[in-house]
Amino acid sequence: MLDETDRKIIQATQAGLPLTPQPYQAIAEQLGLTSDDVMLRLAAMKNSGSIRRIGAVPNHYKLGYRFNGMTVWNVPDEVIDELGQQVGRLDFVSHCYHRPRHLPEWPYNLFAMVHGKTQQAVDKQIQQIADLLGDSNLGCDVLYSTKILKKTGFRTSNRPVTD
Amino acid sequence: MLTTLHKQLLNDYQQNFPLSPRPYQDIAEALGVTEADVLSALTELNDNNFISRIGPVIPPNHIGVSALIAMAVPEQHLQTVADKISAHPEVNHNYEREHRFNLWFVVIAADAEHLDALIDAIEQETSYPAMLLPMLDDFFIDLGFKLDLNND
Repeated sequence: MLDETDRKIIQATQAGLPLTPQPYQAIAEQLGLTSDDVMLRLAAMKNSGSIRRIGAVPNHYKLGYRFNGMTVWNVPDEVIDELGQQVGRLDFVSHCYHRPRHLPEWPYNLFAMVHGKTQQAVDKQIQQIADLLGDSNLGCDVLYSTKILKKTGFRTSNRPVTD
Repeated sequence: MLTTLHKQLLNDYQQNFPLSPRPYQDIAEALGVTEADVLSALTELNDNNFISRIGPVIPPNHIGVSALIAMAVPEQHLQTVADKISAHPEVNHNYEREHRFNLWFVVIAADAEHLDALIDAIEQETSYPAMLLPMLDDFFIDLGFKLDLNND
């Protein structure tokens, strides 16, 4: 479980590590800790899974991945764990979640975000997911974003964003 | 526009960024450049928005309670409704998507009660029902995303 100091470290690093030679030292000074504290706590949070990874967070859109589709699938509940894990492992899928259905207007329970540089590339990815799901694909849709109305890297309230 | 160093930093350092006193120096040694080269390349990537940051990525629901929410809003009211929703600091993504459910946003609340109160407030302010889609399971092992940076 994360304690208050862990949370402060997470919060202090969500806008990014400082691009100065000793970034952990800079964070430590800000929080009244030592740089060893900061590094050890980050390592522990990474080991426990509270931090998923530490590294560069690329902006897909800016790097040419202009076609970003939210693919949604209706998959039988008995097989969603197994199939969801397989879909999540595809290298072009950036997020893959099980979410509840809202019948009758929303029958989809598996969400996978795909990213491509062209519409054809994304179409191919969607087909790959459909092939993987096979007979367990009871219906699907793809929702493309037409407008980003808000995207904040760092929240203005005092809790950090997830990715 | 992207140099070899930019591409290496983008693809090879989405995970396992060094937890050492001089991480940029360690990266520089691994890539055969100087610490100053690494820092200036990362600053360029950051300033040009090719990366949103370098740092820890937190899985959903490890801190706070998050949910995806969808709304079906008539096109002529979409911007007004979206602005009301985006005004809440707990909302960190808000997208228009091509679908009957055309407004999709993510909220992160401190706890379940805070989330409920926030959704009630949003429904009242906008007078549209919110379809709540919390994450039940996360199937994604985030090891970074393999970027094809050729021909750029």
